[in-house]
Amino acid sequence: MSAPKDFVAVVDSDARKTPRRIAFITKRSSPQVHVKDEDRVMTYPEVFFRVVVAVEIMTAALVIVALLWDAPLEGLADPMHTPNPAKAPWYFLGLQELLHYFPPVVAGVLIPGLVVMALIVIPYFKINVEAEGLWLRDKAKRLRIFGIVVVLFCIFLAVFDVWVALVPTLIVAGFMLLAAQTDPQTAQGFRRWLVRKPLSFWVMTWFLVELVVLTAIGTFFRGPGWSWALPWRA
Amino acid sequence: MANGVDNVVNQVRENRIWRSIFRSGSGDSNLRRSLFVQQNVFLHLFSIKTRKRVLEFSATWYLGALTFGTFLILVITGILLMLYYHPSVPQAYADMKDLQYVVSSGVFLRNLHRWSAHAMVFLVFAHMFKVFYRGAYRTPREFNWIIGVILLLVTLLLSYTGYLLPWDQLAYWAVTVGSNIASAVPLMGAKIRFLMLGGTAVNANALLRFYVLHCVILPVAAVIFIAVHFWRIRKDGGIYPGESASEVSSK
Repeated sequence: MSAPKDFVAVVDSDARKTPRRIAFITKRSSPQVHVKDEDRVMTYPEVFFRVVVAVEIMTAALVIVALLWDAPLEGLADPMHTPNPAKAPWYFLGLQELLHYFPPVVAGVLIPGLVVMALIVIPYFKINVEAEGLWLRDKAKRLRIFGIVVVLFCIFLAVFDVWVALVPTLIVAGFMLLAAQTDPQTAQGFRRWLVRKPLSFWVMTWFLVELVVLTAIGTFFRGPGWSWALPWRA
Repeated sequence: MANGVDNVVNQVRENRIWRSIFRSGSGDSNLRRSLFVQQNVFLHLFSIKTRKRVLEFSATWYLGALTFGTFLILVITGILLMLYYHPSVPQAYADMKDLQYVVSSGVFLRNLHRWSAHAMVFLVFAHMFKVFYRGAYRTPREFNWIIGVILLLVTLLLSYTGYLLPWDQLAYWAVTVGSNIASAVPLMGAKIRFLMLGGTAVNANALLRFYVLHCVILPVAAVIFIAVHFWRIRKDGGIYPGESASEVSSK
């Protein structure tokens, strides 16, 4: 057709010798990309050395703890002699606290099963990925749903006498209401931060608060027969 | 002086035997630093370059690295403890007493293992919540989040199976409480408990099963999943840099 070109166009698999960049620009995206090339450092030595130092500091702290405090060791295991209370390891004491209120199939199987399932599906929920503030859209409708869910859940907890789980629920719900009452345009500081939080933040924070409260109660405030006890009167 | 040390180090690194093992060689170039990571079977799980921003303490609090650190301490102290431990009744308890009164630094070894185990459970939870609140589970990192959930469960099981091994009252009844929960599973609860304990009660069979799980099966599972977890960080584009940078605005 035209004059012969002074180069030959080939597809080469060796990217180092023939570097090329191709940008596909679809209708949906514009070529204006705001991301700049970020500053990068070499993983060796910058990252590895920092990690080694961090781990060394932690190891030193653990060695000091191990020198100062002995691991507990009680008498030889005796199947005929049940200690009161018999407690699971500390990270299961939140569950053991729930066992006090619910039948084992609920507290020991259903609840931990649901927690694990919930953790697994977190990244696959669109609502989590978009992370839009809970009260920024459809506020009236969402407030209604929120109100019904919280009231029903609190009645459920009250019927089973689970006051230790009810109080943290009410505290988190209170902060959610505070966020709902905040004007996103004019709010400052803490309330401004609060009003932008998505639903996933509230659910996870509620879970974290319940986990900490129930575990702390099971660990420190439960004595013989799983009755209330003060840790300093043991 | 410093020059002398550098020369010696460089001579070692240029040595033929050294070069046959570590191919990255000597010198200060970024090529050498890249090869140091790339030519090492363990380090090549990680990327060669890292965003500067994710090195800031506030980005990760180094929780993942610290969790791995506790795991290393636990492997080392655990292997040493295995040298003094018999998984049988009542010898297991006698071994605890030997660690206390006979073995040099035996108490320290057991203390460090126990406190590091608690630290690891705590750090795994902390790491999970930190990752969640940063939103670092989002695409393309969904699957690495799931690997993390698996590692959380493996860590809890490791800690729980280790809890029985001293065979004292604390261990025995804690595991009894836990295994009773397993029997609450509908339909096959009793079967699961039997499988777990190797009998109908916590006894010598249960101790042996927990020992095998604690020292072989679960650590191997942990190592495999940790390797995938680290490798996926590189494959998914490095440590999550935070929203402002990853956001490609089309407005």
